[in-house]
Amino acid sequence: MTEAVIIGVGLHPFGRFPGKPALDMGADAVRLALADAGVNWPQIQGGYIGSYEVANPDAIVGRLGLTGVPLRGVFNGCATAGTAIALAARAIETGEHDLTIAIGLDKHPRGAFAADPSVAGIPSWYGQTGLFLTTHFFGMKINRYMHDHGISHETLARVAAKNFGNAAANEKAWRRTPLTPEEILASPVLNYPLRQYMYCGPDEGAAAIVLCRADQAHKYTQKPVRVRSTALRSRRLGAFEVQSPSFPVGEIVESPTVDASRAAYERAGIGPQDVDVAQLQDTDAGSEIIHMAENGLCKDGEQERLIAEGATGIGGRLPVNTDGGLLGNGEPIGASGLRQIHEIVLQLRGTAGTRQIPGTPRVGYTHLYGAPGVSAVTILST
Amino acid sequence: MTSTRQPVAEGLFTWPPTPSEPPRLIGSECTACGLVSFPAAADCVRCGGQDPKERLLADRGTLWTYTTQNFRPPSPPYDGPEAFEPYAVGYIELPGELLVEARLTEADPHRLRIGQPMRLTLVPYTVRDDGTEAVTFAFTPAEERAS
Repeated sequence: MTEAVIIGVGLHPFGRFPGKPALDMGADAVRLALADAGVNWPQIQGGYIGSYEVANPDAIVGRLGLTGVPLRGVFNGCATAGTAIALAARAIETGEHDLTIAIGLDKHPRGAFAADPSVAGIPSWYGQTGLFLTTHFFGMKINRYMHDHGISHETLARVAAKNFGNAAANEKAWRRTPLTPEEILASPVLNYPLRQYMYCGPDEGAAAIVLCRADQAHKYTQKPVRVRSTALRSRRLGAFEVQSPSFPVGEIVESPTVDASRAAYERAGIGPQDVDVAQLQDTDAGSEIIHMAENGLCKDGEQERLIAEGATGIGGRLPVNTDGGLLGNGEPIGASGLRQIHEIVLQLRGTAGTRQIPGTPRVGYTHLYGAPGVSAVTILST
Repeated sequence: MTSTRQPVAEGLFTWPPTPSEPPRLIGSECTACGLVSFPAAADCVRCGGQDPKERLLADRGTLWTYTTQNFRPPSPPYDGPEAFEPYAVGYIELPGELLVEARLTEADPHRLRIGQPMRLTLVPYTVRDDGTEAVTFAFTPAEERAS
């Protein structure tokens, strides 16, 4: 089977852009990715595009060129971009296309996501009575995890401070003001134990990734980044997930992140010990802590010591969310995972500027998690 | 004066409660594999069975985890009062049945703990324009029972 490699990445800044449609942000990101790859839009043979807010993201061809390219819309909640990159890579691996693109774009209104519970197959009373909030799940999951594994409130604050600090070094990030752990711990509680500055916010942005066959990469770049594996898993019965009015007792099983992670490592022939830099879904500071373990990067409870030692900082032995993560960048759902891929590609190329991790990183890891219990993992290498 | 009270939805819990028959959540049990569900489910998520029977769930359990809601949720879908009072939510483990998500009557996180005994109650959570109180289920800290 042919291998897919990344030859171009493009990122529209994440944040608030009044008056600028999501499709325009997406078109900007695509043009940046095409320029980075040194190819033109008419050369793209196929692609996958994801969005939550834009019903027809494939309308982007009206801005890029009506070439007749098959551009398929995809959506898997917060794992949407994981799906887009996986399918764009698969189209090359199976020989369908030689040159593909993955695109993500979104433009969310301010404030917490609000929707009718029926979109998740849940009765109306769940929303009417104030239970239909994804932030509840994140508060409850980390509260239980802290109880079981000895994680402190200070560790939550250190994670947020690290990500805001990394975002300050990222000119395309949204939240670029560094905050100290003390300032974070002084912010109001939103959902105990999580505070205002421990949550990411929905925002706007776009990203695009150009891929080609590995055996043709020399035509475009000296530093292709290999797509070693992609995996997506949904929740299994008994897993504790977003938007679950109940779940079975005595059947608690591992999260879809554990399932997706194991599948991705196995397919890549790469283990957690080989990962040089990781981008993990940090919807909140607690999620980053839990996802370190769920992705095999440490044991449950080890985070307390690792984070205190600075292991997940840019100079540490396992840098996590070097571009500021979701905390620093916010979450335009369709684009978020491609923002992660963009950052890993910069790190593996050695072009991440002041946030470049030391040494010669060879393996990068990205992870998404979202409602109603879906995870996507992508493993990249030089 | 008797105020008019109505459950937020039919089929969630027994109604009306009486001193001799306190409220119970109405779940379902798959007749093929025995999986207990709440709210009552027509389709079994374990075996795909489509022949559930009604099952009243235990009215006592223990707190598995919890969090607080310190800002007013977006409306819609939330239809609680405009004047917002923080509340707590949690999952209560009903032994041998399931873990159920519910509002908690205690909103102070420092007066809640994982493993705490809890019992089912009903609370009016909002007043409709016609004066009807909408009632939903909640769990409240229960006295420790001697084992």
